[in-house]
Amino acid sequence: MTLYEAIFYFFAIITLVSAGIVVFSKNVIHSAFSLLFTFFGVTGIYVLLNADFIAVTQLLIYVGGILVLLLFGVMLTNKVIDVELKTGTLQTVPASIIVASIAGVLCGVFYITDWKIIPASMDATKSTTAGLGEMFMTTYLLPFEVASVVLLVALVGAAMIARKERTVE
Amino acid sequence: MEVGLTHFLIVSAILFSLGLFAVITRRNAILVLMGVELILNSANINFIAFAKYGGMKLDGQAAAVFVIILAAAEAAVALAIVLNIYQRFKTVNVDEISAMKE
Repeated sequence: MTLYEAIFYFFAIITLVSAGIVVFSKNVIHSAFSLLFTFFGVTGIYVLLNADFIAVTQLLIYVGGILVLLLFGVMLTNKVIDVELKTGTLQTVPASIIVASIAGVLCGVFYITDWKIIPASMDATKSTTAGLGEMFMTTYLLPFEVASVVLLVALVGAAMIARKERTVE
Repeated sequence: MEVGLTHFLIVSAILFSLGLFAVITRRNAILVLMGVELILNSANINFIAFAKYGGMKLDGQAAAVFVIILAAAEAAVALAIVLNIYQRFKTVNVDEISAMKE
């Protein structure tokens, strides 16, 4: 087993085990904290796929932003002193059947398909940041600007929605 | 067997299934959101894996950046809605929230 394979299995196991804890844990706080390890494992997988910029972005935005936001959500919507923190599940049996069949089909298709692999045109060890930056300023300029407007509007809207309603005089 | 495209795709398929399971079965709205984040992450793994094994073209990585941007926007808006629902109904159980207003 080469080092690359060992690192891949290490990160894959971290990702999948902690994602399992996120999904099956009865305690919302446990779920939120194991989501941290899921994001970390996914970051490792990105690094293995030569996506250095995406890996750092993942760490900054998911771990630094979205996870903290979710933790705030957990703490603000649960009575922490109560036993309310535990949450139930519903319709586990039909959901398990459906999800297991979807997972089976996906894995089967991924395994059977003979993927045509194109060898890398550029040096795989080179940083992707410069290439991505150039791409966002040329090919993807319009989607990039639209995404920035979407983000601004979404955050302003979120602040508006979350604020307590004031009575209009 | 050497670690290749199939391995990454299968990891993402399992991650997708776990996220889907959380979205379907959990009652807490926050946990449903966590399931959505898992699904978005699995999609991102696919984008980046195909970008690498499809000739290292970087287009897939650009798509992944957009996914991350929209995930951030989605999380912010969804949590604002969840907080608002909690203020009104005093619960985040998605089964009990069936009315548009009190």
